[in-house]
Amino acid sequence: MSVPARILRCGEQAFSVELSDQIDEAVNSQVTALAAALEAVSPVGLLEMVPTYRALLVRFDPGLCPGAEMQAILRRTCDALGADQVVPGRRWQIPAVYGGEVGLDLEDLAREKGLSRQGFVDTHSAAIYRVYMIGFSPGFAYLGGLPEVLHTPRLAIPRQNVAEGAIGIGGQQANINSVAGPSGWRYVAWTPVKAFDPSRADPFLFRAGDSVEFVPVSAEEGAALSARQAEGQAIVTPEAGS
Amino acid sequence: MNLEVLETGPLSTVQDGGRLGLRGFGVSEAGPVDRTAFQMANRLVGNAPDAAAIEFAYVGGRFRVTRAATVAVTGPGASVSIDGQPVKAQATLRLEPGQELRIGALSKGLWGYLAIGGGIDTPPVLGSRATHLRFSLGGLEGRTLRAGDCLPLGDGAEIANHVATRALPDVTAAPIRVLLGPQDDFFAPDVLARFLSQEHRVSARIDRMAAQIDGTPLPAIRGHDIVSDGTVPGAIQVPGSGQPLVLLVEGQTSGGYPKIATVIAADLTRLAQLGPGKPFQFQAVTAEEAEAALLAMRQETRAILDAIQEVQDFRPDPQKLMGENLISGVWHPNMDQDVG
Repeated sequence: MSVPARILRCGEQAFSVELSDQIDEAVNSQVTALAAALEAVSPVGLLEMVPTYRALLVRFDPGLCPGAEMQAILRRTCDALGADQVVPGRRWQIPAVYGGEVGLDLEDLAREKGLSRQGFVDTHSAAIYRVYMIGFSPGFAYLGGLPEVLHTPRLAIPRQNVAEGAIGIGGQQANINSVAGPSGWRYVAWTPVKAFDPSRADPFLFRAGDSVEFVPVSAEEGAALSARQAEGQAIVTPEAGS
Repeated sequence: MNLEVLETGPLSTVQDGGRLGLRGFGVSEAGPVDRTAFQMANRLVGNAPDAAAIEFAYVGGRFRVTRAATVAVTGPGASVSIDGQPVKAQATLRLEPGQELRIGALSKGLWGYLAIGGGIDTPPVLGSRATHLRFSLGGLEGRTLRAGDCLPLGDGAEIANHVATRALPDVTAAPIRVLLGPQDDFFAPDVLARFLSQEHRVSARIDRMAAQIDGTPLPAIRGHDIVSDGTVPGAIQVPGSGQPLVLLVEGQTSGGYPKIATVIAADLTRLAQLGPGKPFQFQAVTAEEAEAALLAMRQETRAILDAIQEVQDFRPDPQKLMGENLISGVWHPNMDQDVG
């Protein structure tokens, strides 16, 4: 069994191993599996890998491994990869304070979807999301698995400053804002959990392939968790994947 | 011991070798736009090659130290003076407390460097002192420098005066070589042909993230939206406007625009140094040629750095010369044409 792949040059020091041109959970888990397989092979000259929705970017040093050789290694690794090979990701339960100042779009979106506020929260927090990729900003997780009823287009004019920890919806995707900044996504909740903290031993919380569930908590609980985190305590721990 | 910024250009930052290996977490490497010029400056003051120094664009500014220091300024056509007396770029300089180091506009490029013996000692973030402006990481509060800033310095080792005897690569208008792809198949053959034959210019919109290129727009037959994939420095994205954008050291790590080609590493610094308005062409090369060019560039960088030599005793100290006004103008920055 093997995975069909296009191996494309991105300059002389990188290849993009393209598995599809679509967003698809099965394709994305193949990307994660390919990254794990290549890490196991650990060819000389491999510098870093960037897993994205449907492709794995592989950076290498042609001075240590000529491109033709690296391309052959990538081809062999793809060929050896089972189409149903899955690397279990870690599972996160992320506390979420729905609505409020940060989740400012909650009421409007619930109304738009013909849901009660509670109905929206139930639907959003019942889903299991997959971290498709990290990008855009440090530790920013693009989440797939948003229930179709909650799909919402982005704003035509982005907001200038959306808070760190804001939980949002952009088209068919969900996200957790890792740093404050401009964003055109719609925001329904806030989490005290820091997806990015440069002072932490592990600065980036999420990895591509992890899964995320949101657990509704009250504003008071959110504030208490935030205070504990500020004292240096870990307020979430992932479960190993299965 | 501190470096005081009295005045500086619009895009001056603290940079070291950058953060490698974090693109998968959304963080591009930052670090110097012109690594050779940056490493040359560090070598001239006895620092490790990737010690933290100041990068500036267009113009350096005015600086002062609170204790005697060795400094060096590099960059295409850098003009440097100490207390109004012209001194050499691409050479070790002695700066006494109270003296004012002035770095004028770069006459032949865009990016220049000021290294100080001991390096800049701002706290590392994610293992590096490099400023990442977009995410406000590293350097001094993650931002560009401004008048009034005071930068902590490390302890520098004693070093004899050195001078670069081999020039930095010329910032010529020779074609900028590219490897086509990864999404060149999004463009019709005639558009690809035009991309490789027409004259391009770097627009005024160039910063550490990207250089926007002016020229006839390059429409994509398959649309300008792709499912986001990974990017590398040098990637030429073509958004809906059809105006290409070349990603630089702080470029985003993933993007949703088709990438028509990638500027090869051996020519990316030259493209960034060309600066706004200079005409150039893109030229397609093979992967083998691009790899050979990379290895040749590394060799040239090594040769340039190895050609930094101690100034022999019989050569008079340039500052002393200027001070005694023996041969006024000998060390004028225009003299640097012979060494860079």
